[in-house]
Amino acid sequence: MAFDKMELKDVEVWDGNYAAAQALRQAQVDVVAAYPITPSTPIVEGYAKFTADGYVEGEFVMVESEHAAMSACIGAAAAGGRVATATSSQGYALMVETLYQASGMRLPIVLNVVNRALAAPLNVNGDHSDMYLGRDSGWIQLDAFSPQEAYDLNLIAFKVCEDHEIRLPCMVHQDGFMTSHTAQGVNTLSDDAAYGFVGEYKPMNDMLDFEHPVTHGVQTEEDWHFEHKARQHNDLMTKVIPKIQAAFNDFEKLSGRKYNIVERYDMDDADVCVVCMGTSVETAREVALEMRAKGIKAGVVGLRVIRPFPFFEIAEALRGVKSIAVLDRSSPNGAAGMLFNEIAGALYNADTKALLSGYIYGLGGRDLTKKHLVDLFNELQANADAGKVTTKLQQFIGVRGPKLAYL
Amino acid sequence: MLEIRWHSRAGQGAVTGAKGLADVISTTGKQVQAFAFYGSAKRGAAMTAYNRVDDKVIMNHEKYMEPDYVFVIDPALVFTSDVTVNHKENTKYIITTHMSTDELVKVQPKLVGKEIYTVDCITIANETIGRPIPNTPMLGAFMKISGMYDIEFFKESMKRVLGKLPQKIIDANMFAIQRAYDEVK
Repeated sequence: MAFDKMELKDVEVWDGNYAAAQALRQAQVDVVAAYPITPSTPIVEGYAKFTADGYVEGEFVMVESEHAAMSACIGAAAAGGRVATATSSQGYALMVETLYQASGMRLPIVLNVVNRALAAPLNVNGDHSDMYLGRDSGWIQLDAFSPQEAYDLNLIAFKVCEDHEIRLPCMVHQDGFMTSHTAQGVNTLSDDAAYGFVGEYKPMNDMLDFEHPVTHGVQTEEDWHFEHKARQHNDLMTKVIPKIQAAFNDFEKLSGRKYNIVERYDMDDADVCVVCMGTSVETAREVALEMRAKGIKAGVVGLRVIRPFPFFEIAEALRGVKSIAVLDRSSPNGAAGMLFNEIAGALYNADTKALLSGYIYGLGGRDLTKKHLVDLFNELQANADAGKVTTKLQQFIGVRGPKLAYL
Repeated sequence: MLEIRWHSRAGQGAVTGAKGLADVISTTGKQVQAFAFYGSAKRGAAMTAYNRVDDKVIMNHEKYMEPDYVFVIDPALVFTSDVTVNHKENTKYIITTHMSTDELVKVQPKLVGKEIYTVDCITIANETIGRPIPNTPMLGAFMKISGMYDIEFFKESMKRVLGKLPQKIIDANMFAIQRAYDEVK
């Protein structure tokens, strides 16, 4: 092969961005087209450097906007290459039109979304506003809570989305700065083991296969548009989660690291629990253990897969809990939080009739402290003891000024 | 859990220093975390960086920290920032300054009664590396005050961390680390 391999230590101290860049190198991505934006820039910068230094046999394409970046990724994927890129926030917002093109054309592109707030006011720090923006775009969305997971989930993303039964693009989310710029120990795979797991890219309906000419990006109007969308939705609803589970199983055999569609921590006998995403899951896990030492049976549920939404797995994870807090790190701007609504929907017809309350927190990178979470678990225990939600359904954590509560 | 907060100006290498320290500690089997508050990240702006060290995987991602050690690698920040914020009774301070510890405490009353160590990392960096990048000397001073690792082991580890730099720069950093180790009081 026309590239050099890299010797890695078993444990490297990497931030989430570098971990993702290393995964793109190990997957030997053919094309990265990108327009850099904070805090995701080091991912594509890393790939560009690996390519320039001869560690990847691929091509880095510089473009003039994120819209062009995803457009070029779509072109490269339709041509028949393994393709990835990264973005955040405003860049992601500019990409939205092309996100729907990528999924509708069934092109397996891996997009690293380093979650960041959306302006205005301008803010480069981490929240989940951009992640929420893409939730109806037809992509698979995986969520990493740490640099280790950003590395692992990138490798898993290629394996899932390039499968010929799936052929849907996949986002790998990590929290801006809290994961992307936080260096921690990352257990690595050798280049051969990582590439062996991801596998060689096998294109389907690729435009550079001149023996089998195909058309991409057609117009269908009312005669076929609905059937295409229904088929895409069907595959998301029925095929993707089993394929992710299979990839998680294979990855555990390879690495010893176990992932689940819905992550449950201390949930077996939990009375109260927090449901959240990103780095907050890990901080909440630590606090839940401390609450247990104080006699409160606390647990944490983290969403590993955001789309397709794990409807039944969530209901199963929350079975028997008395009081649940759902944490949304995005301003719902006039509604209950997205995750609150999704969890409510998953529980409505389930046996579990838990008390459900929603919290908006951490906008624009505002710190979620352990103290906040201690107060939250205490509030949940008070709800469980009272047998009803003792507060308004929607509250804010960590915002200055008079206490805000709605619904 | 050992927790460290760095006070620095953007461009002085606190992030590189925090990540370098994390890298060295990681090789000894400990779990590490290194991160920073960037703000708008203008060169010269006051900023903070952080280290956490523990025997088990670090799951805490809160930015709030009550540090065991505070490193101040720019001499003016003792006066323009509150380097004692969220301190504990036994927080130790290693501060870059041309003054002696007694002189410094006299002009910054907030430091009275605290465990303060001083070392002139800026001068050391200027005279060894040739640039006012005080991050590696601060780590030399930390090795002396904390007794975390033998200084020779630490220097050997830092040679690997700095591996991609020209040999001349690596050698200069080793001199800077040793000088700060010898000179911190």
